[in-house]
Amino acid sequence: MSELYPFRGVPAAQGLYRPEHEHDACGIGFVANIEGRKSHDIVLKGIQILINLTHRGACGCDPQTGDGAGILIQIPHAFFEREAGSLGFSLPLPGEYGVGMVFLPVDTHDRLICEGIIEKIAREEGLSVLGWRDTPINGNTIGRLARASQPYIEQIFIRSGQGMDQDALERKLYVVRKRAETAIAETDLKEKDFFYIPSLSSRTIIYKGLLLAPQITDFYKELLDPDLTSALCLVHQRFSTNTFPSWKLAHPYRYICHNGEINTLRGNMNWMYARQSVLASPLFGADMKKLMPIITAGGSDSAMLDNAVEMLTLSGRTLPHVMSMLIPEAWDHDDTMPEDIKAFYEYHASLMEPWDGPAAVAFTDGRVIGAKLDRNGLRPGRFLVTNDGLVVLASEAGVLSIKPEEVRMKGRLAPGRIFIVDTEQKRLITDEEVKKQLAARQPYAQWLKENQITLDHLPSPTHVLSTNHETIRMRQRAFGYTDEDLKTILLPSALGGEEPVGSMGIDTPLACLSDKPQMLFSYFKQTFAQVTNPAIDSIREGLVMSLNSYIGSEGNILDETPKNCHTLKLRHPVISNWRLEKLRRVSWGNFLATSLPMLFRVEGGENQLEEAIETLCRRASLAIKSGYTLLILTDRGVDHEYAPIPSLLALSAVHNHLIREGTRNQVALIVESGEPREVMHFALLLGYGASAVNPYLAIETLEDLHKAGAFPPEYTWDKVFKSYMKSIDKGLLKTFSKMGISTLQSYQGAQIFETVGLNQSLVEKYFTGTSSRIEGIGIEVLAREAIMKHEFAMQPPHLSDTELRVGGEYQYRVRGERHLLNPTTVSKLQHAVRQEKFESFREFADIVNQQNRDLQMLRGMFEFKAAGPPIPLDQVEPAAEIVKRFATGAMSFGSISKEAHETLAIAMNRIGGKSNTGEGGEDEARFNPDSNGDLRRSAIKQVASARFGVTTNYLINADDLQIKIAQGAKPGEGGQLPGHKVDDVIARVRHSIPGVGLISPPPHHDIYSIEDLAQLIFDLKNVNPQARISVKLVAEVGVGTVAAGVAKAHADVILISGYDGGTGASPISSIRHAGIPWELGLSETQQVLVMNDLRSRVRVQVDGKLQTGRDVAIAALLGAEEFGFATTPLVTMGCIMMRKCHLNTCPVGIATQDPELRKKFAGKPEHVINFLFYVAEDLRLIMAQLGFRKVDEMIGRVDCLTQRVDVEHWKAKGIDLSSVLYNPPMPSHVGRRCTQAQDHGLYDSLDGKLIELASDAIERLTPLSLDLPIRNVHRTVGAMLSGRIARRHGSVGLPDDTIRIQFHGCAGQSFGAFLATGVTLTLEGEANDYVGKGLSGGRIVIYPPRNSHFVPEENILIGNVCLYGATSGEAFFNGMAGERFAVRNSGATAVVEGVGDHGCEYMTRGMVVVLGKTGRNFAAGMTGGIAFVLDQSGEFASECCNRVDVDLEPLVDVKDVETVHGLVARHSELTDSPQAKWILKHWDAMLPKFIKVFPHEYKRVLGIPRIPASVLAAQAGTMHAQGQVIRG
Amino acid sequence: MGKVTGFKEYTREMPARRPVAERVLDYFEVYHPFAEEKVRVQGARCMDCGIPFCHTGCPVNNIIPDWNDLVYRDRWKDAIRVLHSTNNFPEFTGRICPAPCEAACVLGISEPPVTIKLIEKSIVDRAWEEGWIQPEIPETRTGKRIAVVGSGPSGLAAAQQLNRAGHDVTLFEKNDRIGGLLRYGIPDFKLEKRVLDRRLEQMMAEGVRFQTSAHVGGSIPAQDLRKEFDAVVLTGGAEAPRDLNVPGRELKGIYFAMQFLPQQNKVVAGDTIPDQIRATGKRVVIIGGGDTGADCLGTCHRHQAKSIHQFEIMPMPPLERSPSTPWPLWPLQLRTESAHEEGGKRDWALNTMKFTGDENGNVKQLHTIRVGPPPKFEAIPGTESVIEADLVLLALGFTGPVKQGMIEQLGVNLDARSNIATGADYMSSVPGVFAAGDMRRGQSLVVWAISEGRKAAVALDRYLMGSSTLS
Repeated sequence: MSELYPFRGVPAAQGLYRPEHEHDACGIGFVANIEGRKSHDIVLKGIQILINLTHRGACGCDPQTGDGAGILIQIPHAFFEREAGSLGFSLPLPGEYGVGMVFLPVDTHDRLICEGIIEKIAREEGLSVLGWRDTPINGNTIGRLARASQPYIEQIFIRSGQGMDQDALERKLYVVRKRAETAIAETDLKEKDFFYIPSLSSRTIIYKGLLLAPQITDFYKELLDPDLTSALCLVHQRFSTNTFPSWKLAHPYRYICHNGEINTLRGNMNWMYARQSVLASPLFGADMKKLMPIITAGGSDSAMLDNAVEMLTLSGRTLPHVMSMLIPEAWDHDDTMPEDIKAFYEYHASLMEPWDGPAAVAFTDGRVIGAKLDRNGLRPGRFLVTNDGLVVLASEAGVLSIKPEEVRMKGRLAPGRIFIVDTEQKRLITDEEVKKQLAARQPYAQWLKENQITLDHLPSPTHVLSTNHETIRMRQRAFGYTDEDLKTILLPSALGGEEPVGSMGIDTPLACLSDKPQMLFSYFKQTFAQVTNPAIDSIREGLVMSLNSYIGSEGNILDETPKNCHTLKLRHPVISNWRLEKLRRVSWGNFLATSLPMLFRVEGGENQLEEAIETLCRRASLAIKSGYTLLILTDRGVDHEYAPIPSLLALSAVHNHLIREGTRNQVALIVESGEPREVMHFALLLGYGASAVNPYLAIETLEDLHKAGAFPPEYTWDKVFKSYMKSIDKGLLKTFSKMGISTLQSYQGAQIFETVGLNQSLVEKYFTGTSSRIEGIGIEVLAREAIMKHEFAMQPPHLSDTELRVGGEYQYRVRGERHLLNPTTVSKLQHAVRQEKFESFREFADIVNQQNRDLQMLRGMFEFKAAGPPIPLDQVEPAAEIVKRFATGAMSFGSISKEAHETLAIAMNRIGGKSNTGEGGEDEARFNPDSNGDLRRSAIKQVASARFGVTTNYLINADDLQIKIAQGAKPGEGGQLPGHKVDDVIARVRHSIPGVGLISPPPHHDIYSIEDLAQLIFDLKNVNPQARISVKLVAEVGVGTVAAGVAKAHADVILISGYDGGTGASPISSIRHAGIPWELGLSETQQVLVMNDLRSRVRVQVDGKLQTGRDVAIAALLGAEEFGFATTPLVTMGCIMMRKCHLNTCPVGIATQDPELRKKFAGKPEHVINFLFYVAEDLRLIMAQLGFRKVDEMIGRVDCLTQRVDVEHWKAKGIDLSSVLYNPPMPSHVGRRCTQAQDHGLYDSLDGKLIELASDAIERLTPLSLDLPIRNVHRTVGAMLSGRIARRHGSVGLPDDTIRIQFHGCAGQSFGAFLATGVTLTLEGEANDYVGKGLSGGRIVIYPPRNSHFVPEENILIGNVCLYGATSGEAFFNGMAGERFAVRNSGATAVVEGVGDHGCEYMTRGMVVVLGKTGRNFAAGMTGGIAFVLDQSGEFASECCNRVDVDLEPLVDVKDVETVHGLVARHSELTDSPQAKWILKHWDAMLPKFIKVFPHEYKRVLGIPRIPASVLAAQAGTMHAQGQVIRG
Repeated sequence: MGKVTGFKEYTREMPARRPVAERVLDYFEVYHPFAEEKVRVQGARCMDCGIPFCHTGCPVNNIIPDWNDLVYRDRWKDAIRVLHSTNNFPEFTGRICPAPCEAACVLGISEPPVTIKLIEKSIVDRAWEEGWIQPEIPETRTGKRIAVVGSGPSGLAAAQQLNRAGHDVTLFEKNDRIGGLLRYGIPDFKLEKRVLDRRLEQMMAEGVRFQTSAHVGGSIPAQDLRKEFDAVVLTGGAEAPRDLNVPGRELKGIYFAMQFLPQQNKVVAGDTIPDQIRATGKRVVIIGGGDTGADCLGTCHRHQAKSIHQFEIMPMPPLERSPSTPWPLWPLQLRTESAHEEGGKRDWALNTMKFTGDENGNVKQLHTIRVGPPPKFEAIPGTESVIEADLVLLALGFTGPVKQGMIEQLGVNLDARSNIATGADYMSSVPGVFAAGDMRRGQSLVVWAISEGRKAAVALDRYLMGSSTLS
């Protein structure tokens, strides 16, 4: 194999693949004895946990090679003493020596050199090497790929130096390891890649490798040795997106194992690097410099987090302290948090930005062991404690079988909380206690008071710059403002206080293909979370979001002194002119500001820019030397001589320059620029390191518009300004949340972008670390663009001309930007399909292809290369075959009209293609053919985040089940269907209430990581084993790696959508700036799937403004088997790209629910059919020319594409598409298209047995009762059975209680998912996440084991995200549920005795009764249904409920009282709940403590008035209604 | 933008025309004034389309949605600026343009389209009234001299644009007044000449020089212009009329429309025309069913003709948009102009075989026959008939520019349709000689003439200066 593709480790960057995009996620767990009693049993239990988490891991193309598994235990002294003895050396006392687990080269020579280097370094550090031991392993037990890359594994024993205590020894061992890593990396040993030290410590040792969980004891034989004892055992089972053999990336790392992902890694890395220069610790002294770099390059996010944990722990902080600092809980909007704890967090916030992202981290230093969850609670963690002091924590409950009567308590990791077992103190330490201890370490609050200020504390400036219309206009012209910027961006932002919304997709050229001078911002594209971590809802879950930041020079983070919080706290990163003047004149402590001009002389031409930047960087260095701590980069001062340097370029150049220079953390960079005006601009500036941005021209422009009377009279200037600022703040939070990032602090400098069309040397120099994969323009073109704008600015404006350019980005304009869909193409296409003339279509296709050749789309830069001699057209497969590969895009019934939706379905069914429901469910009447033979059923049923109408019956009426992870127009975002679009039919289909607005959450709440996706795929496959499971992704850098993970999660189809896909409503910045063209995403996907040998298992579909046979041919050659069309079929049906879908005013009856407008729909199935056949015919012409008989022959034939050499365009000529046309050098037996089916592993599921036993019940309605044991490995129990029932009986199901199954034990994930009417599942025991997901009429009853002793309502019974998207049915839970209980419930009735955070989020229908505590943010985004909460502590209204969308009322209505009483009685009867019995017994006393949670929207529809604020205030006394809990 | 639901709430409303009985007694424009508030409501009907088809339906690419919205928002002064950014003379197009923009209006797919033309006229009329339209004198002069030949809409547009770019522009007109067809082709009841005059005043104040009664190729040798000017723009129109060569054509009382119409315009302007061709008391036949025919018709009504008969060879168009011209194309359909409303008989698919006259050589009858559809126009036997006539007006269109004189003298190449051939840069085969308007593209609309004049100006400016700030 080539160098690019080594036989071990992750391959080097090649084609569009970049190793840094690898992701992993997994199952984690630990077991410990609180008393610290060591035993071999603990190790065995750890291994047992690992094995029981196997389904959370994955294996790749070689089923025997896992992604990695490992365990961490305490040093088993007795065992090693025995072994050392047999090897001829003896060990000192425990704590006086360290053991290293060392991966070494297989080649003897290389290995010996590595060993020598380690020994030498150990000696130099004052330690002595006692000896080496070959770790006994059995390589025959592992997979082929694992074996091929297996290192030589040895253990090294190193003795402590004179007078070192154990902590000093740990530090020295750390130094030895770091030095050895550096030294060996610098050798030219052929096999140095093998070298890696999993652990080197006197306290812990790690056994890990490229293993499947059950293989670990066969491989590391000593793990079964009874002498091998430990009091704790940390385990990890990995699920990686790739299948590349990498032993190093298995967890645990030295201190942690991690489930989830750190999204802010690039920023964290940069900032850690910047901090290195001032790190100092008396504990390390001169050794400190040997530890550099702290963060080892090339590691995974988890490895880097481990590097930081290790450094901070060994330099003196305790592990709980370190974890609270790196992954703080959401503190800044938490009004209930004690001040001293808040101060602890705030103090540390000025030391370190959060390492943000979904994370459950288990950690240990060999003495304490614990776990911490991210602020959002996006990963599961369940624990239990037994009476004899055993603590078990894992990603799932039920990983160890423990007798119920031995359980003392059960719990879950709550968002942001920490859980500690201290084996030295021999006790559990709760989150509250940990925080109390930490807060008491130092007088943090006082330190902050004395050292930290906000802008409000600074004196007011004497004057603020102001200006006149002429200057503003000149500046607008110089900074490239268009009329559209004013009317489409600024005015609506300031009017609405939020980002303007648009619809349909982007169809203008990439900035690098545009003829117009662009802003540098436009060359960047936002990246977003998909699959491997979830996007966040920055509105409904605003309590975790934060825009706070701290500026000031950063000191030594290893110190803990008041000086560290000598900071200026900013509450918003975008600041007014007035606030900027305050900063400019700051004189407080060591704060001192200077302004550096971001301008260049136009006279010198295009070379001047680079020089000006160099000067700017030099001046920045000089300013730092002179003691300035705030650098204000300003482009004020544009005149005839000087043009502005693009602000992002100037900022990033200085930022990177200072990082390289090691002075970055001594200053804050503030941008004062006329350029930024929309959310994307601010996000970029912050993402590349700005602390604050002052958009003076945007502000001046609004002022000017305000003066000109462009605002309604009630808009005072103050209101306009605040409203604009609010829109930017909200937009920023939304942009962060798309990537799953919660705080500005961790977004700053995180560079969550990729560039398209900037050349490598520009990016490497000024945007170090950012992806740019197709080359493009250099700095001279940026200069030229600036000069073009400058020239325009300096011209006197004509009176009879518009003052600014028209723009034409968002709407077609003749003098504006080019659009793919324009008057000519739209009308040509409509005429062609109506006149039924292929020749007319050819005219249309020629125009489109010519537009593309003129650089409308990236694909215009390709040219075909024949695969062989041309063949006669009649030998090419017929169009009727080709169209079966075609699908229409996902457009929900709701976003488009019934008429349009059904026309598409009929058309696709007639030709054997597939239409797509979109996310709005489907009317069951459409499942059966019409009398004329037409079928209005959509073959593809989408399962999106809101799960509207996703019932069992819906799922079985599908050929494809498509999990929509992201949407091209707004990847990483949810959506909203306003109440006025929800008529009776739509409400029925979506299982909601007419008139009630509906929210689609940004993430699927059952997919926060890759193994969750695998679980959802498994769930859906269970319900409908015949359907293909498809996963829709959006093109972005790294999508190929995600796709590989999706293939490993057993998807049958992967859809790669281009960024130009349409939408019924999206913020316009998302439509324009998020995602990339499918050409890049598809090609990357093909390359990475082929490299991983996963391509043959999945089919790949592509969509994104496909219009002609040429488009399809290119997509096929780049690797797609199937092709989706959405916008163009709409156009054939009459869409004229109004881009008003979000307003319900579509004048052609497509994107509207208005009955009057729907009458205007004139589309016919024939129009769509004609179009698709024309495309197929058009494709056939190309196939004949290229020598292909079948489409299958074309797939992945990138060798039949080349890049045109005749492109002379001033920008596009720099583009290099060779990475897109890269063909990984894999052997021919590695498939390049789908040739085999996925193995979904359904054959051994419990439901197979249930279906067998229930056949009479299903067929003849004979009642059936069963009694069965259940374990956590039994997943998705009941779903396949329910699918069968729905297939036989439709949505009606069986008569109540026809099938009753009693289980005992711990149920695996998705217990009772999609359970159909007539089935009752009763479980004595406990259950994991997703209980009753998609419940479709069935009944679920769960209660703790009858012989358990703990109090049910205080202990966790079921996991997270239960009853997600339930549409009907009942559930009774005698215990607490985890986070997000009944999220998006749309019809189920449930009783539960306590819930975690975010209960009843986005609920739209149904009823939930909570007989105990709720977590925070209850009822966020709840628009329908009702919840009743028994609030015994009186904290619900003030601390738990998010009252933005709901009213809280007493339970007084007689009918309500009856309902609740009835449900409690039923709960008592079914679960025997002591709590329910107690409540019933004390009903009269309890009744006043019930609170009715009543959504505003629901009230509005029912015609019930909202409670006026005055009444609410009066109620406050009785209902504790003190203010709203929503924050942020 | 606009009122989001405006198109659903409001219906199309146009200003009423004055009563026929009243208006045929004068030559003033036929429309009643329209309240500004009503115009704003019409502006609210604009849907602010993602692809405004009106914007390309319009030959000058008026940014229609933008000014519709501004009118709706009562921001008239901003509206005229946007309107002027693409169209020098909205007061002309706002009156006499057939409004292809409205044919392309998206609302027109299923509803009556937005009254774009009315809004355009309202904006510019208000701007004149308010005094917002002022001369725009260039800050600097380039020193380049340009001759524009022909003062119709194309020449005027080119001249104004080039002058604003700082060039010295002289406009040559062979007639006694500036304006070309605007002046002498279009009757006052469609375009009152004060509307033209105030625009010419503005141009004069801006520095454009007007030379009337200056017949280039006639009184002024064309080569002189080449010597005296840095560049020349030919905007002489397509003035060669299509004739009807049938027996009896030589009879008295048979005239081209463009012999008839200018005389009346001059009379309205206060001139005295001896032996003016008048329709008063006569039986008039107008051959040709286009705009010029309608202008003749309206004029004859005002002359109090005894009877008027208008026909053409083409079959009668459908009452609604023909399927052969789907939206957004210019629809083939029956149009009823104000003149048609005023009376007269219309007929179609009729061909004239010959004229016969009385002993004095005056025309008395037309001998016609019904014909089939184009392109063959086959005569249908047995449908011969005779129409009595004292005055016959030929409004059969134009065959191209007049070749004698200027075109011959300059030696510019002609295209297949015998118009002046140019490249995409509007320059003819003779370097420095540009052509625009009907002279380049053949007989067409005023709005096309303006569009051509503007585009030729950009090209010429670029030719002289290397780049251009015009658009």
